[in-house]
Amino acid sequence: MPIFDPVDDPGSNFPELLRRVGLGTSAVAAGGDLSVPHGTTCVALRFADGVVLAGDRRATSGNLISHRSMEKVVQADQFSGVAIAGAAGPAMEMIRLFQLQLEHYEKVEGSALSLEGKANQLSMMVRGNLPAAMQGMVVVPLFAGFDTRRVVGRLFAYDVTGGRYEERDYVATGSGSLHAGTVIKVGYRTDMTRDDAVTLVCRALWEAADADSATGGPDALRGIYPIVATVTAAGWERVGDDELASRYEAIANEVRAR
Amino acid sequence: MSMPFYVAPEQVMKDRADYARKGIARGRALVALRYTDGIAIVAENPSETLRKISEIYDRIAFAGVGKYNEFDQLRVAGVRAADLKGFQYSRDDVDARSLANQYAQILGQIFTHEMKPMEVEILVAEVGQVPAGDQMFQILYDGTVMDERDHSALGGDSEAINTRLAESYADGLDLAAVVRLGISALSGPDRTIPTRELEVAKLSRGDGRRCFRRLDDDEVDALVGS
Repeated sequence: MPIFDPVDDPGSNFPELLRRVGLGTSAVAAGGDLSVPHGTTCVALRFADGVVLAGDRRATSGNLISHRSMEKVVQADQFSGVAIAGAAGPAMEMIRLFQLQLEHYEKVEGSALSLEGKANQLSMMVRGNLPAAMQGMVVVPLFAGFDTRRVVGRLFAYDVTGGRYEERDYVATGSGSLHAGTVIKVGYRTDMTRDDAVTLVCRALWEAADADSATGGPDALRGIYPIVATVTAAGWERVGDDELASRYEAIANEVRAR
Repeated sequence: MSMPFYVAPEQVMKDRADYARKGIARGRALVALRYTDGIAIVAENPSETLRKISEIYDRIAFAGVGKYNEFDQLRVAGVRAADLKGFQYSRDDVDARSLANQYAQILGQIFTHEMKPMEVEILVAEVGQVPAGDQMFQILYDGTVMDERDHSALGGDSEAINTRLAESYADGLDLAAVVRLGISALSGPDRTIPTRELEVAKLSRGDGRRCFRRLDDDEVDALVGS
């Protein structure tokens, strides 16, 4: 059981604790072109009650589809979620560590981090991944959550160096972000309802999948749909596959009728 | 050069035990009870902010009586040990028994080797997937571990409280019943404890991944009144 001197205590910092006990992750030092699975399009936008996050399910290695049901949009804690585009391995590890850090802080301190605190924490983790990013293992997350102190949904985008940018309305990342972002840009209205917001992100991912080979569309054959989740004052809530199935059915019909 | 006086080891241990017991007896007690869907912990605690009961992991809670800074240090060490184990292996591999043993090692070590023993008694409780999997471990200041089945009492006057619990406890009680029983066992026949001086938390089976939850004063009033 790890016990430290008061002057030498890692506090509520879980990554620092990992380093102290010798479990810290060292930066990847690989030369040459690594072919690792990559995840692709993720979007997030603000609506009247909070934020909605969405991401497709495809992971690719070069021309191959390496995974069809990857979860790139995950819950970080009760009031926030992360969507990650980039090298799948480091991305998943970063999410796992981020989730644990939020929970660890909450348990050690007895209260949860503020939303801005969580966003800064993630910023430091992305920055820590910079050496690996230089080798091509780029990880670029989106962070979205409900700020319980300000009673408002907030969005944060990141760059490879850990730069953190708060977005006012919406944000898209990954290889299909140009198409998804444009759909949202055209359809976005302030204070949208949950229904409109979910429809818009579904539509954005549809168009991204239509134009970007690395983004997966809805797979009715296998019953795999993008992950869409909302974060409001009531907390994180994932949109069910049944609801997504009917929404995509509606979009498909609309496109067919053109 | 002066020679230190010889003191018999029995006397040293007895003095330390007396010292620790005295410190623990000064503080207020807490009880833990098993109910149909989990484990309830009720503590007498006039502070609204300094907690005696807290979450260690998904299915594990911690409670301590005695000197606050000492059991809080143990609590944080427990959270760290649990989070590290869950990160290194799997969340399923974190269990109360192993934590209780680690606590026992630390407390035993400090009791025999340090100048001053820790003036604490702690409880590690785990709610199982099924009622048969519920576990409670009580660890004393000298590292003694006790495995309790249905209920346990820690702190000043714990023997009398345990007797009161044993008299009224029955299998198959619900949350409201065990909280009422816990409060009456803590207060005894001669006094009543106001709700704002109580700290109540539960580990409830089937509450998703994180089973630990605190009950606020209104919830406790609703439970006790019903």
